[in-house]
Order: sequence, then structure tokens, then C-alpha cells
Amino acid sequence: MTHRRSTLSLLATFLTLFLLHTQPSLAVEPQEFVLSNDMKVLLIEVPKAPVVTVQVWYKVGSRNEVMGRAGLSHMLEHMMFKGTAKYPRGEFSRLIRKNGGIDNAFTGQDFTAYFENLSADRVELALELEADRMQGLALDLKEFQTERDVVKEERRLRTEDDPQGALVEALFAQTFFSHPYHWPVIGWFSDLDAMSLDDLQRHYDTFYSPNNATLVVAGDITADELIQTIRNLFEPIPRGPSPKQTISAEPIQRGERRFFLKREAQVPFVIMGFRVPNYSSEDAYALNVLESILSQGKSSRLYQRLVYDQKNSLAVGADYSLMQTDPGLFYFYALVNPGSKVEAVEDALQSEISRLQAEPPSELELQRAKNQLEASRIFEQDSNFRRAMLLGQSESIGAGWKWLDEFLDHMKAVTAKDVQRVAKEYLVPDNRTVGILIPLPSKAQEPSPGVEPQRKS
Amino acid sequence: MAFLAGFPGSGFAADLSPVKITTANGMTVLVLEQHFLPIVEIHALIKTGSAQDPPNKAGLSNLTASLLDEGTTTRSSKQLAEQIDFVGGSLAVKAGVDFTTASARILTKDVDLGFTLLADILLHPAFSKQEFGRVRSQILGEIMSDNDDPGHVAMTAFNQLVFHNHPYRWPVNGLEKTVQKITLADVRNFYAKEYIPNQTILAIVGDITLEQATDLVQTHFGGWKSKKTPARTTKKPRAVARKSVQFIEKDLTQSTIVLGHGGISRTNPDFYPVTVMNHILGAGGFSSRLMDSIRDKQGLAYGIMSHYEARAMPGSFWINLQTKTETTNQAISGVLTEMKTLREAPVTDQELAEAKAFLVGSFPLRLDSTAKLAHVLAQVEFFELGFEYFTQYPEWIERVTKEDIQRVAKQYLNPQHYALVVVGNIAKAKVHR
Repeated sequence: MTHRRSTLSLLATFLTLFLLHTQPSLAVEPQEFVLSNDMKVLLIEVPKAPVVTVQVWYKVGSRNEVMGRAGLSHMLEHMMFKGTAKYPRGEFSRLIRKNGGIDNAFTGQDFTAYFENLSADRVELALELEADRMQGLALDLKEFQTERDVVKEERRLRTEDDPQGALVEALFAQTFFSHPYHWPVIGWFSDLDAMSLDDLQRHYDTFYSPNNATLVVAGDITADELIQTIRNLFEPIPRGPSPKQTISAEPIQRGERRFFLKREAQVPFVIMGFRVPNYSSEDAYALNVLESILSQGKSSRLYQRLVYDQKNSLAVGADYSLMQTDPGLFYFYALVNPGSKVEAVEDALQSEISRLQAEPPSELELQRAKNQLEASRIFEQDSNFRRAMLLGQSESIGAGWKWLDEFLDHMKAVTAKDVQRVAKEYLVPDNRTVGILIPLPSKAQEPSPGVEPQRKS
Repeated sequence: MAFLAGFPGSGFAADLSPVKITTANGMTVLVLEQHFLPIVEIHALIKTGSAQDPPNKAGLSNLTASLLDEGTTTRSSKQLAEQIDFVGGSLAVKAGVDFTTASARILTKDVDLGFTLLADILLHPAFSKQEFGRVRSQILGEIMSDNDDPGHVAMTAFNQLVFHNHPYRWPVNGLEKTVQKITLADVRNFYAKEYIPNQTILAIVGDITLEQATDLVQTHFGGWKSKKTPARTTKKPRAVARKSVQFIEKDLTQSTIVLGHGGISRTNPDFYPVTVMNHILGAGGFSSRLMDSIRDKQGLAYGIMSHYEARAMPGSFWINLQTKTETTNQAISGVLTEMKTLREAPVTDQELAEAKAFLVGSFPLRLDSTAKLAHVLAQVEFFELGFEYFTQYPEWIERVTKEDIQRVAKQYLNPQHYALVVVGNIAKAKVHR
């Protein structure tokens, strides 16, 4: 999220996931409030630095879109910075900036979130501005047309011109035939072209209401005092509709799917995805431990085998997106070391999966994974932003923030046999989708780096 | 509601009281106690980086740093990884241009292990032949992989135009042909000369007392022998004397554009006026002129930013963006227009006031985590800014006037003599030379 109004890239989404584990005994629990209009508020008092993060999470993402309008949630996120009747275009960010704050937003498959990080004595400003745009957005055609061009540039940057981004997009499209995880958060070019102001207005009216939102504030605050301010600002906002949608279910996958992406590049990339349950399943904890054993740190199995011993990969990893509204993907990826064969990399990934299926991990490895998950929960509390993000995300996907607290106990109960069992159940060839980036040689004669550049006045 | 009075954060920048100690072997130790969470960040900054690479062996400092945690005289690469991973900590080494960092992030209960491992990789790296060969070939692979990142390709080319015949010229990773020339003896010599306690700053932040910290430093780093500090050049890069361009053809839908020239050093007295000027031009996110013009009004780019990278020696200034092939020329001319405007007309009172308010008000956000504090502390010491940096920063920003901004714009922005790199479909973009 280096730039405001960003799509939370899929790789990044997955990479943040290991941060979700913290130790309940040390965590200051959030105070929960439900306003009269059913907006949920979570407040965490963290007096260690005079700063605060304010986050508003809406339960809407690409999952809530329909065929032909992929990218609508993300487009609306961009338009949320284009002004209201009270604060015209540019005012929101200008006010936050001149008060020493940073504001931004991100959209995922299951949620759209807005945030301001600022000095704790300016928390009211952020709250007032967020309350204002929860209901009073002014959608303007000319602003929309320009912003659509910006989103298209974002798509070119993240997908069209990024081989790995393009491969991840294709992986979801190939894995999910009917479920909306099929299309990318940023949308397709033609869907962006087809979007109208009416589409945006309808999406806004349907999903942007207090009863579909969670407000999280973490930092140097006093919850008892701040909740009064929050009530004054947000309770006048009327309840909106209760968004009810039928989301197409994804049928069972019966057989491996395999695809190739050929484009100008230097280095091949392999991605291998398996459909797995989400947080709501007991198996999620074992899958999470399995992910850690395979990919966390340089002592992990994948790093040791592919990067260190066989030297066929420059980087390797496994990612499991358990914090999703609907069941998603567990995927492996490897950046192939130039000179090595893609087939060798795929074989090595497969042999590590087979090894876990054949024999359970050692007790030492199991303990290491648990220690890593437990410690990362403590480290993550160093950042108000991360903590608030995990709370907002668990509320938005339907898990509820208490799920985070219970997570560690569930995770500690995972046995070596459990890890072996989930490997055997889910990481099987018939449930697998494999994507391979095949580099094509450059059409142009590239100047090799270090050659004296051409000069001209 | 009125939110206009005064600066956020009750007027102070940061109420921090780190302690600075110099050990008998010449290491500078900075300790900041923070007992809110049971974690400790131990962050070593060694005053060496790619600026010390011999020109024909660019990448030497990076290869040396990359080998530190790949085996010591008593622990193999795998044992180091297993020990730090088992306690859920992390050990990270990163080579930079002016300095290299090695840090351990660890729970308080394991703080002794954190010191043990960090000291082991800094004091006793094995530099085995086998690990040398493996890591060097890994870096060569990464250099190739970097060519798939248009932004990286553009910056590499840009640095070669701006830092002509200067230590900042080559990428930290080095080039394929220079990394291939590096031998194990080069690495061992570089290490022996550069990794010494009297070239090291150790910042310790977190749940640890000053007494514990000094004891642990003595136990683990006390035996590190000081040596004569290596000589340093303070070379100033030659100014870009005329417009120089480089176009790199790639089959892409966007042009990646980098435009700029030489910049300033961190200790330049104009650092603060330049910071405010750069904020208004293109570093200030959505309130910057470049964002307003190129993105918000013209819809030409998703992100656009201007940078003054202030280093030990004068660094560079650049603006970077990506735009679809067809609008390459429009974006470049838009960027040049903003550079010219800032030189020709003074900024408005409102722009100046808001830029200052942001820079001062957001200062605490730069110090709100253990890791950020350790990094900032070490750099404040590296650039010899003094701890008054934490209290005086608001005043140094406040002092900047409209006249200062126009003066530094004229002095440090040059819309005639600049380097321009475009990576993309050059033929289709028809870029003006």
C-alpha cells in the first residue's frame, strides 16, 4: 500500500497473513461497542506513542460484484476521495495532511477499508471526515472519467506489465469458475470502460452504511471518552439496507488445471494453487502450521530444499489466505534460478508436499512453527496499524475479532498428525492448478547494463 | 469543527531520551528503553556500503554482507537459521550505499540469543568457499531477475547518467560482469578492512534496561578488535552538464519514466528548505503539485513522486512515474512544467503553511514502533545530527521561508540539464529527445 487508493495485491494479502497471530495474554483486548444504527466500533488503548490509527472497514469487495462489472468496489474506493457536499474534492486529504496525518485506502476480495494515521490529539478530525463520507458522497462524471484513467494505469502497473501479477490473476481466474474470486479486485479493462455513475451510486447506496461497517481506532486514546465523540458523529447516520446477495458457489474441482503465460521476461515463475477451507474450518489451523513449516524463515523446508540445497530457485514461498469470507487458496510459488529447469522446480515443490503426506513433521519443526506464530503475534502489536487491520479484517470476513484471540489456542492444539492429514486431504493433484510463466526473448536489442549510454543534447 | 489552531502533537516533536555510550573498542552504542512490549530490536549500522566497492568489482560490499549470516566459525548457515527461527525472531542483513545494517528482532526472554547470533555473524563469519559460490550465483540470478522490473531497470540506468565516474554509480547488487570478477579473497579483505567496531553504531531499543544492554554489549562485542578507520572519499558527483537521455526498449504497455539530476548531501544546510520544497513539488502525496497535475487533473499516472535522496555525499534528485505508452511525452512535459513553475514563482502562503504543518505534525508517526526508532536513531548518529534532531526538527522546518524555497528551487532544480530514462515501447511512444 505505497499509494493511496490501492488494490491490495493478492501477493501482499497473502504475505500479511502470518502476522495475524498474537498472544492473547499480552494483547490489550479491544473494547467493543455497537451503535444504535448497528455500526460496530472497536477501540484499543495503546498509550506508548502519541499517535492513533482510525480505520473504517466496509463489508464489500470484488466478492460482491457481478459479471461485467469487475472492479466496481475498487473504483468506488477511488471515488471516495472525490468529495462530498461538505468537503469538496481534495479537502479530505488536505485537512488530514495539514494536521500531520496520512490517509489511504485499500480494497480486497472481501472488504474495502479507509484509514488515517495521525497524531492522537487529531483523532476527531479523521472521525468527522469518515462520518461525512459514509453518507454524503458526491459522484461527478468528469471526476469519474479521469479517475478511471488512473485506475487503468494502476492495472497496467500491477498486472499488464508485471509478469508475476499477471500469473496470480490468471491463477484465480483458472481456479474459480463460478465464484466471484474468479475476477481480479482491480477489474478488467472492458468492465472499467462499461462502468457508469449509476453503477457506482448503487454500489455506494447498497454497501456504505453504518450497519455494514466496522470502525477501529487504536492508539493513545481513552475509550470511554472517545466513544461519546463517535456516537455524536456516527449515530445520526441512518441504518442502510441489509445487503443480501446470492454468491455463486464453486463446485468441487475434479482434476488438475494447468496454464501457461508467455511474455517478454528473463526469469520463469511457477505458481501452484490448491483450494482449501477458510478460517471457519478446524483444518485452517493445521494448514496454517503447515504453511509455517514449509515457508517461514530460512530454516523452512522449501527454502532449505529449493534455494539452499538444489539451488533451482531464487525465492520460494507458500501462502495461505485463511482470513477470507469464502474458502480461498493455498498456493506455492517459486522464482526459478536462471539456468534451472521449471520442471525441476515443480518436482521439488511436489516432493516436499509428498514428504509431508508420507510422514508427519518432526516435533521440533512443529514447535518451531508454533513459536514463530506466537512471537509474530507479539511483534505485530508494535504497530497500531497492523493490530487495527487484523481486527477490521476479522470482523469484515465474518469471523469476528474474538476469533483472533482464540486463534492461538487452536493453533497450539495442532498435532503433527493433523498437519499430515490436511496435506493428504487438500494438497492433492486433482485439486491443483498450476501456472507457469514462460519467458520470451526480448524483441529489441537491449543495451546491456553498464554499457555507455547514448547521449544527446 | 475547527482544526486549525496549532500543530498536532502538542507542539513537541518527540520526547525521547536515548543514551549514547562509546565502548573501549570504539563502538558507538545507543540505548533507548521502551517497556511497553516484551520485544527488543538490536540494530547494527556499519559505515560501509556500495560506495566503497572498487569500480570493477561493484557488488563487493553486498556480497560480503550477504555472506555474514551464511555460516560462522561455530555455526553453519542452517544452524543460524534454525536457532533464530526456533524462537520466532528474525535476523536480517542489508547492504546499502553509504552503510550496511545487520539487525536482530527478538522477544525479551531470548535477548541473550539475539546478541549472541548478531555478534557471531558480525565478528566471526566463516566465508566458506562453498557458501561464497552459492551466494554469488544467487546474486547473479537476482540481477537477471531485476531486469523484469521496469522501475529497477530505469533507476539503474538513471544512476549511471547522474553519477558519472562516481562511487554512487552502480547498483548495490553490482552488475553481472563485476560480480563475476569478485573472488573469495576480495570478500575476506573487504570484511577485514571494513567490519570493525570503530565503524559500527549499535542501536538497542525495547524492553531492556541500560545496564542489561551495556553488559550484553560488553559480553558479546567486547572482544571485537578496533583497527584504523579506512580512508573515505568525499567526492562530489559532476553535475549533469546537459540533457542526457537513455531509452530502453521493452515490450510493455506503460513507459516507466525517471527524470532528474544531482541532489544534496544529508548535512547540506539547505536540507530543510529542500525538504519543504520537495514536499510541495512531489513528495507530499496527494497534496503535492505533481500528483494534482499529473494524476488528479490529467489522469496520466497511478503514482508519481519526487525524491531528494540525501546521502553522505551529495545524492540525486528524481521524479518517477509510469504512464501508458501513448501519453509518455505528455507526462514528461507535465513534469518539466512543474519543475519550471516552482523555480519561477513563489509558492503560496497556504502551500507553505500546510507543507510545514504536515512535516512537523507527522514527525511522531516516523517514530511509532521499536523498529522505526532503532533505524532512525542509528541514522541520526551516522549523519551526526545529534539528539537535538528529535526536539529541534519542528523549529528547523518552521524557519523555512517562501524566499528560501524559491532560492533552493533555482539552485537544486534544473529543467534544462537533466537525465531522462524511459523504459517501455519506445518506438510507439515516439519520445522526444
